Amino acid sequence: MKLYRVTALVLRHLYLYRRSLPRIMEIFYWPFLDLVIWGFITLYLARYQTQVPGFVTFFLGALILWDMLFRAQQGITITFLEELWARNLMNLFASPLKPSEFLAATMVMSVMKVTMVSIVMGGCALVFYSYNVLVIGLWLLPFVLNLVVTGWIIGVFTTSLIMRFGQEAEVLAWSMVFLFQPISCVFYPMEVLPVWLKGIAWANPAAHIFEGMRVVLSTGEAPLGNLAWAVGLNGVLLIGVITWFYWTIAYCKDQGLLVRVGE
Amino acid sequence: MTSPVLKASQLTKRFGEFTAVDGVSFEIRPGEILGLLGPNGAGKTTTIQMLLGLVTPTSGSIEVFGLNLSTSRETILQQVNFSSTYIAMPQSLTVEENLWVVARLYGVSDIAQRIDRVVKKLEMDEFRHKVTRKLSSGQMTRLTLAKAFLTEPRILFLDEPTASLDPDIAYKIRSLLKEERQSSGLSILYTSHNMREMEEMSDRIIFLQRGRLVAEGTAQAIVEQFGKADLEEVFLKLARESDTPLS
Repeated sequence: MKLYRVTALVLRHLYLYRRSLPRIMEIFYWPFLDLVIWGFITLYLARYQTQVPGFVTFFLGALILWDMLFRAQQGITITFLEELWARNLMNLFASPLKPSEFLAATMVMSVMKVTMVSIVMGGCALVFYSYNVLVIGLWLLPFVLNLVVTGWIIGVFTTSLIMRFGQEAEVLAWSMVFLFQPISCVFYPMEVLPVWLKGIAWANPAAHIFEGMRVVLSTGEAPLGNLAWAVGLNGVLLIGVITWFYWTIAYCKDQGLLVRVGE
Repeated sequence: MTSPVLKASQLTKRFGEFTAVDGVSFEIRPGEILGLLGPNGAGKTTTIQMLLGLVTPTSGSIEVFGLNLSTSRETILQQVNFSSTYIAMPQSLTVEENLWVVARLYGVSDIAQRIDRVVKKLEMDEFRHKVTRKLSSGQMTRLTLAKAFLTEPRILFLDEPTASLDPDIAYKIRSLLKEERQSSGLSILYTSHNMREMEEMSDRIIFLQRGRLVAEGTAQAIVEQFGKADLEEVFLKLARESDTPLS
């Protein structure tokens, strides 16, 4: 892997943000709006729901962490879509750029977006709701890292589908992640799921992170079991999805889809 | 005799039942301009896409600089570039930003000087800071050519490079290509629907029809082979044959 090719692609995407208000809004506006709406809902529910300790902490913490996963996925998929919309895929794949370098660049963009969104949401939560996301403590770091990797897994999977099925599958860039939300147990514990769905949720690394977050916030105990599951599943799924991405590129080259994907 | 910089052997591409390219073999020699001619649907674009590694051949092989494209893709594409009237560059970036990205992607050194040189060469100074979406089609063509020249390739694939240029700029581009070939030994695969341009530019021409190579040689030799007055007449004959439904 050549670092200069990765930075070339990152530079190309950073140039986009220089003079594009909608792209900047994507980073600041939507996370802010999410937080305002969910923040007020949380405050309202907290008045009537006293059985769950730390209700606001659970909900706002979960919301911020969920948005990190969402932005990590978007960082991958939207970066690919930008190339597709610009009809630039042919320029890239006819250059020495390797698929691994392309993926690395999208991951760098993803981390940049997550960092920006985290700062915005963390700051807003503190200002508007006196909620400090750092209340989760040092566990926040492994939680975030794992959620970013889960976001990458969903992002690479979605990107492969768009590459395979073309622009008509573009809607998956925004909708796919929400397919994972019910089984990520973001706002409720895994125990509320029906048995058959619980099995599926166990295979989702994000579910273990949100379970872990609740363990830390409610008992203060170390969620080592949850983290171990999340790391293990993320590792296996990341390898699987990258293999799938390579297979999709080979398939698209064989079928001549790579040069027609933006049409 | 020097060994070819590019050698395509029995190149075939099938999409299901449809054969886009059918057992095509040809070579490009160092410093040669090889014209690739054929009516729409003859397999020119698929051939170029295979040469660029964008489409995998069903069978046959491609050797560039003596290396197999399927196993040495990165090394080969580092020394190859392409330009087409029909490709786009990222529209939200300025011309100069686009060139910076390309230069970094290919690991070009002295980027600023190299961009200055290519901008001057292609007379792009007046629009180098313009956002790409605001370029005219002629300016856009010059940008895609600049992108191709910037990396100083040893082989250049040019798909109708002068299609949207005014005659003056088109003439300058043709002169520039000839100069580059003279000075750096650049090899070029050139497609155009302008037969006079093909005659002027190409050292040799290969003619594709329905995915098959039907003629190869100098423009003069091909004209004589088909017993026609000029290359345009040969093209029309083959294009009209292609329109005839296959029995």
